[in-house]
Amino acid sequence: MELICPAGTPAAFRDAIDAGADAVYCGFRNETNARNFPGLNFSPEELGEAIALADRRGVKTLVAINTFMRAGAEDIWTQAVDDAVALGAHALILADLGLLAYAAERYPEQRLHLSVQAAACNADYIGYLVSAFGIRRAVLPRVLTIAEIAAISGKVDCETEVFVFGGLCVMEEGRCSLSSYATGRSPNMHGVCSPASHVRYREAGGDMVSELGDFTINRFPRGEAAGYPTLCKGRFVVEEEDGYIFEDPASLDVLAHIDELRAAGVSALKIEGRQRGRAYVAQVVSEIRKTLARVGGAESAETLRRLSEGQRTTTGSYDKRWR
Amino acid sequence: MNSIEKRRPGLTLGPVLYLWEPAQWRDFYHRIADEADIDTVVVGEIVCSKRSHFHDALIGKVVERLTAAGKSVRLASLALVTLERELKATHRLAAGNYEVEVSELSAHAAMRGRAHAIGPLVNVYNAATARVLTRGGATSICLPPELPLSAARRIAEGAPEVPFELFAFGRVPLAISARCAHARVKGNTKDNCKFVCGEDPDGLAVDTLDGQHFLALNGVQTMSSTVQCLIGDVPEILAAGIASLRLSPQVCDMVAVARLFRDVMDGRLDPAEGLAMARALHPDAFSNGFIHGLPGHVMHRPKAA
Repeated sequence: MELICPAGTPAAFRDAIDAGADAVYCGFRNETNARNFPGLNFSPEELGEAIALADRRGVKTLVAINTFMRAGAEDIWTQAVDDAVALGAHALILADLGLLAYAAERYPEQRLHLSVQAAACNADYIGYLVSAFGIRRAVLPRVLTIAEIAAISGKVDCETEVFVFGGLCVMEEGRCSLSSYATGRSPNMHGVCSPASHVRYREAGGDMVSELGDFTINRFPRGEAAGYPTLCKGRFVVEEEDGYIFEDPASLDVLAHIDELRAAGVSALKIEGRQRGRAYVAQVVSEIRKTLARVGGAESAETLRRLSEGQRTTTGSYDKRWR
Repeated sequence: MNSIEKRRPGLTLGPVLYLWEPAQWRDFYHRIADEADIDTVVVGEIVCSKRSHFHDALIGKVVERLTAAGKSVRLASLALVTLERELKATHRLAAGNYEVEVSELSAHAAMRGRAHAIGPLVNVYNAATARVLTRGGATSICLPPELPLSAARRIAEGAPEVPFELFAFGRVPLAISARCAHARVKGNTKDNCKFVCGEDPDGLAVDTLDGQHFLALNGVQTMSSTVQCLIGDVPEILAAGIASLRLSPQVCDMVAVARLFRDVMDGRLDPAEGLAMARALHPDAFSNGFIHGLPGHVMHRPKAA
């Protein structure tokens, strides 16, 4: 199984290669990718240099152009496809049907992967895109159990890739407008979720209150670290009781189930985290490399837990009991 | 406006997104059949396949009654299809005699090019995507609720052959998950949920720690706390080339909601007046931020005429 590693900057890209990535995924510095955060991502020149480096090292570069084309501004997305192809990307990771059609028609030889943002969670949906656009791999949304992943992988005429570590979307990817509802900025249209531009911290009654747009997402007593207000990891009140009603602040970690994923026929394992710094990427990739080589043991598992959001991990939907 | 006024704008009643008691569900549709001036009615469970059996036995009669009353009826497919039995249900729907409304692309694929509608949970953000879907048999498309009207206008211009619809009334479906937050807050899991979502026929309120109304739980679906209501924006929406408006059932007088929308769409009622009258029909705050490119929860005041 290939290990697919994130890179939000050229430095993280180099570190991911050094740490043992089989492939690195990244995006352009605009709203065409789902990690459109300030100070992140690649100019076409930077991407060209990164691809050249990856090629020399025998590593594949996957370019995520995985938001949905905004009507009236489609040129930004088609230009991103043109640039990524011209720069020699190994594969493009796409979600928008219109953009898939453009890429498949214009560049029939180009390898296309289906982004997790397409929310393709069954064999019929994936099969349709294999026949319509020749996609070669589908990244599966985090709504499936390992048994369901195995069933899909056995049925479809393309490879499957799954997330194994990093940030966890509680909602099905590409079908979540929660951030848009609170801030007007949307994962699908703008490539951002719970954007920093709309985050505010304020003190109230001795607590630190975190807000997203006009809404309180959490409160932290003095002395406790105030976490980032990712909307679906917030604390809310239902029937007079408060709690993390969607999910605790936690990261996905299914590294304990690698053998099952291999047996399920999965081709590639993906690490989330293009918004993370180079040190994080380097450490996570090298620890996961050790785990895959079965030399990491409990020590790697503990290092990875400490690197996780809230120092907590979950197996998410991969374990049926999470539901 | 003239070219748009050639065809009377349509009103569609979306599927009931909540789990309603079977008798309440049936009576709701009977009243719609008998009293509501609505062109198209979409019927069927889309949120959670575990709920389907509650209405399976009633659906045939309901469809018959709606059809006899002159409504065009569609059956909606599931929004999240991961299990084998969910795929089979999708195939059965596609093989049936009624028009299908696709909530997820496995159903689009199952139609194999035959005519069908696309519901608001399919991501259509541009005309190129609309054209991909029409090549596969789509004959109408309800656009995603978060889409600004400026984008909807560009899509309608780019694919003029397609009648487009906007989500014009109801809590907005914002997200869907494999996990059931609704079951979990009531101490259950999804697999042993005891159908507790049925206790909240208009959604279960999610407030912030500071007491702001924020969201609503509906099984595995998360909805807005506000009721999106675009009645005050009807003239702009129709001028943008939108062919029909969708009303999503809430626990309120949906016949009256439909009447107000129809009156405004037909020019018999002033939009601002329609909005004021609509406010009396549902207790929760209204919003229309999405179509104005604002946060979805915002109510953008229409300019005084």
